[in-house]
Amino acid sequence: MLLEVQGLCVNYGHIEAIRDITFGVEEGTVATLIGANGAGKTTTLKTISGLRKVRAGQILFDGKDITQLPPYERVLMGLSQSPEGRGVFPGMTVRENLDMGAFVRKDVKTAAYQQDLDRVYDLFPRLKERQGQAAGSMSGGEQQMLAIGRALMAKPRLVLLDEPSMGLAPKLIQQIFSIISEINAQGTTVLLVEQNAAQALKRAHTAHILETGEIVRSGTGHELAGDDAVKAAYLGGDV
Amino acid sequence: MDFGALFGSFDNFASFTMGGLVFGAIYALIALGYTMVYGVLQLINFAHSEVFMYGTFAVAWTFVLLHGTGDANWSLGKALPILLVALVAAMLASAAIALVLERVAYRPLINKNAPKLIALISAIGASFALSEAMGLRDRFAKWLGVDDNLANYVSPKKARDVYTNPVTIEPHKLFEVGGYNVTDVDLVIVLAALVMMFALDQFVRRTRFGRGIRAVAQDPESAALMGVNSTRVVQVTFLIGGLMAGVAATLYMMKIGATRQSAGFLLGVKAFTAAVMGGIGNLRGALLGGLVLGVMESWGAAIWGNEWRDVVAFILLVLILLVRPSGLLGEALGKARA
Repeated sequence: MLLEVQGLCVNYGHIEAIRDITFGVEEGTVATLIGANGAGKTTTLKTISGLRKVRAGQILFDGKDITQLPPYERVLMGLSQSPEGRGVFPGMTVRENLDMGAFVRKDVKTAAYQQDLDRVYDLFPRLKERQGQAAGSMSGGEQQMLAIGRALMAKPRLVLLDEPSMGLAPKLIQQIFSIISEINAQGTTVLLVEQNAAQALKRAHTAHILETGEIVRSGTGHELAGDDAVKAAYLGGDV
Repeated sequence: MDFGALFGSFDNFASFTMGGLVFGAIYALIALGYTMVYGVLQLINFAHSEVFMYGTFAVAWTFVLLHGTGDANWSLGKALPILLVALVAAMLASAAIALVLERVAYRPLINKNAPKLIALISAIGASFALSEAMGLRDRFAKWLGVDDNLANYVSPKKARDVYTNPVTIEPHKLFEVGGYNVTDVDLVIVLAALVMMFALDQFVRRTRFGRGIRAVAQDPESAALMGVNSTRVVQVTFLIGGLMAGVAATLYMMKIGATRQSAGFLLGVKAFTAAVMGGIGNLRGALLGGLVLGVMESWGAAIWGNEWRDVVAFILLVLILLVRPSGLLGEALGKARA
């Protein structure tokens, strides 16, 4: 297991945001957490990245306990995230945002770095066209591409994607999901949080359903996509 | 009101303008500390004025240590060796105070996610404590039993009075601008401030760590997700503010030659004004705000008399903010385009 989450509990004040969450992500796979708004998906990702304090439970990355590590040390270990709401740096150019993604890398002047940059530009040609533009002046879809590209520039072993399809046009959603499969095919493990359950289940090797802070179902993406209760609750009865 | 005093001759006009630029440069250097901390933490480091004040004492004490207490009038060239040591001492002293402030007065509050208002109160408290501690240095020396050895530094019974630098630096005329003599001291002050500003601007815009600072200023959570150590960024921000205040303290002592435990207050308020006027969070704004404030109050003093200097300065602040609430240059540190 590349990532193991064991009995994770997180509180906001006295309110329990997530309760006793346990799941794992196998290296080289795509895993997804799906669920309604407020189910605790984003909190789970933020806690894995170290932005939220853990009340109880453990997070293991590559077998090492990272539960108490500050966020930047987790990035150094190979964990990167494209946050909810994109979180691009509005006053920096597209290129500077991508460079920020590689903040922990020491090989910025090398050919390997240029290759990774080219790879991101291949995935998102739009970003190459807009290299010199301030990120804050781009459209929502372009910012989403930038957030994903930026997360990839860290050369992560595991990338956490929080709602990459949110607010995008249907055509762009298709494109983002096929890019996620492509990222995975190139060797990066993916943990995907989505409200677009149909697409997420189609791409995921393993899937977990969150309801009010707890995991209520787990299985392969295919299993859950075929499950009647899941269909009724999350897929509008039809995939 | 006497507009002739300012506009009557180019000589007067140049003289008041140059005098304003000199003080404006010092305001600008102090303003950097306010504006950088605000850019990164969205809080006003109210105690930054004391960071500056400790620097001025470091300068005076360096002269007492290396020269003694005998009054002397030196040219800039003669004072230069000690002045350079004093510059290093002031930068170290101010930086140390800034780092202690961050560690003691701010970090515990930030870690607890305390509201910004609480941090402001903590800052005001720290400001008074630091200022009064300097005024009580004679008592501390006595408690430690070193008041005899350090008599020249603590000046018993007069710890709250003006503390004069034994060496007065005599300005010398370098060249003339329309009848106004530009002196070596004035030129060094303005140039030093501009060089420091330029270096800092390049650091924030061009270096990896500078990009980290801008990232924290624009989106702290995203910055953390990129692997930026935000605690370190905050620390370095305070450190830079302290170093710049130390430079300002040295330049101030070159020009004024005396300080006291309350010397930081008015300068701090003016520097803060300059930062707000230029657009708080904006480095170039701090420079512009400092220079504009310095020149305007100098012109005001020429027209209405010197006692109106501060009135002009603060009325100017109100007027500029009424027209441009985000300051002259507006955009914050992080949002400044590359």
